[in-house]
Amino acid sequence: MGAHNQGLEFRHVVKAYDDLCVFENLSLTIGTGEFFVILGPSGCGKTTLLRLIAGLEKVDGGEIWLNGRAIHNQAAGDRGVAMVFQDYALYPHMTVSENLAFGLRNMGVPTVEIAARIADTAKILAIEPFLDKRPSKLSGGQQQRVALGRALVKKPDLLLMDEPLSSLDPALRLRTRRELAQLSRSLSATVVMVTHDQVEAMTLASRIMVMHDHVVQQIGTPLEIFMRPANLFVAQFVGATPMNVLAGQLRNGSDGLAEMTLAGGAVVKTAVPTANLSEGLWRIGLRAEHVMLTAPDGGLSGVVDFVERLGEQSWVHVRLGDGSEVVAAQAGVSALQAGDAVGVTLNGAQAHLFDAAGAAYHAPEPA
Amino acid sequence: MTTRGAPKGWGNLLFALPFLAVYLWLLVYPLLAGIRLSLYRANLFGGEHFIGFENYARLFRDRTFIQALGNSLLFVVLTVPLLIVLALGLALALNRGTRFAGFMRSVVFASSVLSVTVLTIIWRQILVPDGGLISHFSRLIGQTPVAFLNDPKLVLPSLAIITVWWSLGLPMILFLSALQQAPRSVYEAAALDRATPWSIFRRITLPAVMPAVILVAAYECALQFQVFGQPQLLTQGGPNGASRPLVLYIYETGFNHWDIGYAAAASQMLFALILVVSLVPQAGRWLIRGRA
Repeated sequence: MGAHNQGLEFRHVVKAYDDLCVFENLSLTIGTGEFFVILGPSGCGKTTLLRLIAGLEKVDGGEIWLNGRAIHNQAAGDRGVAMVFQDYALYPHMTVSENLAFGLRNMGVPTVEIAARIADTAKILAIEPFLDKRPSKLSGGQQQRVALGRALVKKPDLLLMDEPLSSLDPALRLRTRRELAQLSRSLSATVVMVTHDQVEAMTLASRIMVMHDHVVQQIGTPLEIFMRPANLFVAQFVGATPMNVLAGQLRNGSDGLAEMTLAGGAVVKTAVPTANLSEGLWRIGLRAEHVMLTAPDGGLSGVVDFVERLGEQSWVHVRLGDGSEVVAAQAGVSALQAGDAVGVTLNGAQAHLFDAAGAAYHAPEPA
Repeated sequence: MTTRGAPKGWGNLLFALPFLAVYLWLLVYPLLAGIRLSLYRANLFGGEHFIGFENYARLFRDRTFIQALGNSLLFVVLTVPLLIVLALGLALALNRGTRFAGFMRSVVFASSVLSVTVLTIIWRQILVPDGGLISHFSRLIGQTPVAFLNDPKLVLPSLAIITVWWSLGLPMILFLSALQQAPRSVYEAAALDRATPWSIFRRITLPAVMPAVILVAAYECALQFQVFGQPQLLTQGGPNGASRPLVLYIYETGFNHWDIGYAAAASQMLFALILVVSLVPQAGRWLIRGRA
């Protein structure tokens, strides 16, 4: 057995339902105090991962360790883990204060301490006014706070959250997201949160794990995930609009950097070193803010398909000569109209390259 | 109401008319006719004259009526709580998605579709001391067979057990549907909160099924006060009236003794009794709601 690390550790975890293998061999370490976000589309296995940690599902192989204890064979209630459920799962026939007390009473916490802990938690989450109400009398946002309170009042070693903001309306979601960020910083609790919303992941996480089809795609800080996506899936899943991807021929440039020749004949000079890269059919990826639109100038050109005006910026969708589409970001309200002919300039210095299997190659990080 | 509103209101009434007509004709009119009849000395040959409350006064002096009233009360006390406890236990045990649980749900419900005639034929073959199923086992262990239906102490409990066996299906289904309303995540939250099976039952499951329990209690009280077929077919109210409930008493008074004014008075007593008893669980519900 290896060293007993603090934090949460997955060692070669296997999980299967019937014939479907959810995790083949998952190893993962999450440090104490981290806000770890599991990000992925629906049905990618992220909630299963949370339920394995909570003890609501059994592992079929491997081990889960928490602060030096093997927890994968323990009952859910003995793991020192609390969870905020997607539908909150508050006890409908107990008051808010009874909801908070229930777990503590089952853990044998003395009555005086239960009262004190509930008072503290209620103050932090501003749920004092409705401690004596039933959950059904509360709004969605208030129920969400109570669900969080019921988890925090137990002072768990690890806090799990399953899409905690998904049933809130947009304004409330924004506010709660900010409060959650402040709260996790002030409590220095270890948090594992599942979400399909990449904005939540980017703003809350100390590290993000991107999952797709039960396979871990990348683990990294929000900035790493955004700036240096590991593969095509991550590149297109993370970001306000999916990364633009165009096919082309890769050629070694004279300066040791890759050049891409696109379908229309335009050449884009990238900052990606060509060492060990084979020439041939590759894909080039560029975020919308690195695509510039000009008057048609004889280079790469296309026709505006439609324009999404968000106010502070606009997304201009341009159909290129070969039928592929790129999205360009423009500050403010774009004056372009559907049908306008435009020249397209790609900022090759910011480009990413993807090989046939989708693996990404980036320009070296600036020193 | 304004003159303009009035015709519109009457127009709406038209839609309820088919129901109201049948309701007035088949329910309200017989009820009122029964109350009227209870104030007359009347027999099936048509002679009747008004005697005021004499029939009611006679009921309270009538030992057979008092015995039947006691039998009905005891029968309800024997059946309804047992039904609720057993149906709830079965619902809890069978509230899972396995094929076996589904099969067992059908098995339990199957007895409910039997007619009372078939029910009594089956149970006669189980209970009779002469060649019955239970007597067969008593003989095997060297005991004298018990005459369940001829023993004044055992006859009502026997009828109660038969009735519970017959009536379990519907309460179980009602409890099952109430159990399935409670989301699974609440039970998972309880598991993370280290709740024992008992505290999960008391704090989560029982409150969730409580409305169904109250409904079943009210419905079964009303139903079991009307027990008739089982004693009529199995015991004819015997021995010595020990298994004669109110409805059998009313039937015998009206149709064997042709004293229908007196039978109508007894029917009004039963009506009042059922009305009061089925309001008790409702009152309980108001109390629970008042506390929330």
